[in-house]
Amino acid sequence: MKKKKILLKGNEAIAKGAIDAGLEAYFGYPITPQSELIEYIAREMPKSKRIFVQAESEIAAINMVLGAASCGARVMTSSSSPGISLKQEGISYLAGCQLPAVIVNIMRGGPGLGNIAPSQGDYFQATKGGGHGDYHNIVLAPNSVSEMYNIMKNAFELAFKWRNPVMVVADGIMGQMMENVKINQRQKKAKKGNLSWTVNGKKGRKQNIIRSLYLDPSDLEKLNKEIIKKYKKIQKQEVRFEEYNMDNAEICIVAFGICSRIGKGIIEKLKNHKVGLIRPITLWPFPTEIIKNRLNQLKEIWVFELSSGQMVEDVKLAVNGKIPVRFFGKLGGMIPSEEEVIKFFNQSNKVNNM
Amino acid sequence: MYKRPKTLKNIINHYCPGCGHSLVHKLVAEVIDELGIQDKTIGVAPIGCAVFIYNYLDVDFIEPPHGRGPAAATGIKRYMPDKIVFTYQGDGDLAGIGTSEIIHTANRGEKLTVIFINNGVYGMTGGQMAPTTLTGQKTTTSPYGRGKSEGKPIRILEMLAQLDTEAYIERTTIIDPANIIKTKTAIKKAFQYQINNTCFSIVEVISNCPTNWKLTPLESFDFIKKEVLPVYPLGVLKEPKVSK
Repeated sequence: MKKKKILLKGNEAIAKGAIDAGLEAYFGYPITPQSELIEYIAREMPKSKRIFVQAESEIAAINMVLGAASCGARVMTSSSSPGISLKQEGISYLAGCQLPAVIVNIMRGGPGLGNIAPSQGDYFQATKGGGHGDYHNIVLAPNSVSEMYNIMKNAFELAFKWRNPVMVVADGIMGQMMENVKINQRQKKAKKGNLSWTVNGKKGRKQNIIRSLYLDPSDLEKLNKEIIKKYKKIQKQEVRFEEYNMDNAEICIVAFGICSRIGKGIIEKLKNHKVGLIRPITLWPFPTEIIKNRLNQLKEIWVFELSSGQMVEDVKLAVNGKIPVRFFGKLGGMIPSEEEVIKFFNQSNKVNNM
Repeated sequence: MYKRPKTLKNIINHYCPGCGHSLVHKLVAEVIDELGIQDKTIGVAPIGCAVFIYNYLDVDFIEPPHGRGPAAATGIKRYMPDKIVFTYQGDGDLAGIGTSEIIHTANRGEKLTVIFINNGVYGMTGGQMAPTTLTGQKTTTSPYGRGKSEGKPIRILEMLAQLDTEAYIERTTIIDPANIIKTKTAIKKAFQYQINNTCFSIVEVISNCPTNWKLTPLESFDFIKKEVLPVYPLGVLKEPKVSK
């Protein structure tokens, strides 16, 4: 297939990736550092007569997503941390109604207004719910502009395959990064699968109701169990990860997003020290088994995040006390140098820099 | 001879005796039948007593969060412009939590139909104060009567009529047969504007809540006539300049 190389900004790569994967409707609201995404959408979507609405709020946007998702549209919204907080009720409804939708979070410093610099502090919000009730987002974390482009097709396909919201998270700097992306001249649209559950006018069939209210506790239990069963299948089938230099590794870095790029740089610098990297691409389902499978060969694990320590808890669950897990975090929106991280981990008596 | 409308399911509903919801559901069903749009209509349920509207009206429905109906309906209508999309909302849904959504949906001129049931109280949650509760009216969260610090009852339709975007905006009531017919006519007109792809349409129906007003149904209609209508005047507030 003919491919062409173009230079893209991360935010635009996500937008273009979604459009090339068959995005039909986008509803969003501007917020730094992802305004380039909505602006790209505003320019490009009308060209192919696709739907774009700048909503009055983040809340309105996620509810417009809910409406279009109910009809089986490939639909997306994007925001950054504080805006994603606003969307949590809508996301809980998407999960409870079992609707396919993609939500993009270009993460910035928090809590509260925080700042517009990069962060990974929304890991808990993305992977542990964020909204109320027993549910999970499928969470994808690309680490390059190219992956930000390509992962959007995966995001829509996962959303439709499992009828569940899919969140794509990238730290603020990845939204701003510019890298080359190889684009196929002819793109295949993301598959939708069975749409017999959608609302589109009840011609020739019984009414369809998209709902999440089940007043009878045994009815709600039935829904909950159905959703949990779905999540167990997702945990078995949809884990995505990258292993780098792990064959002879004695130390394993676990990092996602921009931290995984720095992690690779660290591995290059520590060439003689048998350091490898496990990079979760799905933050949920978390690559627990992948980490477990390497424990026998490892002396310790280094976790490195732009937060005070969120993913490190999932790493510790996977490790289950078998080997030391050491943590380096950077807060406030700053990105550490490779040297700074190496310096910390070289002090072998230091477990946590927070 | 009068028949049960096809779109109204043959199910005993949960509404209180004398509640306006039961009546307006029937009117909406009759209108959907008369306009022949049952197979292309998608309803958007509220959060409130009428959340179960999907059990009574035989059309596709979605159940978005409280107040967000107009936004969810926008998502549906933009994606499927040839379908007929309507929201059915109470005073908490539309005049409380959903004020932003209704204003912006009307302002964008989404070709939707909104049926707004105003009964001055939050029924499903047990009779708390609504933005449309009258001055001095006692509710479970205004037990001493709505006073100064609670502001005055809010007239959403008048606010919507201020917008420059074209719309069909009418307020009706259901306190006697003549007004019930006017309500049905307004609802039919509203759906017709959508079928003709003309403009956003909203009908506010001044309705009752005998249970939480602590009145009999007949007393409640009297209460509407004497106390509510002076605050919420009936009539057409806005109509498109283009003929339908």
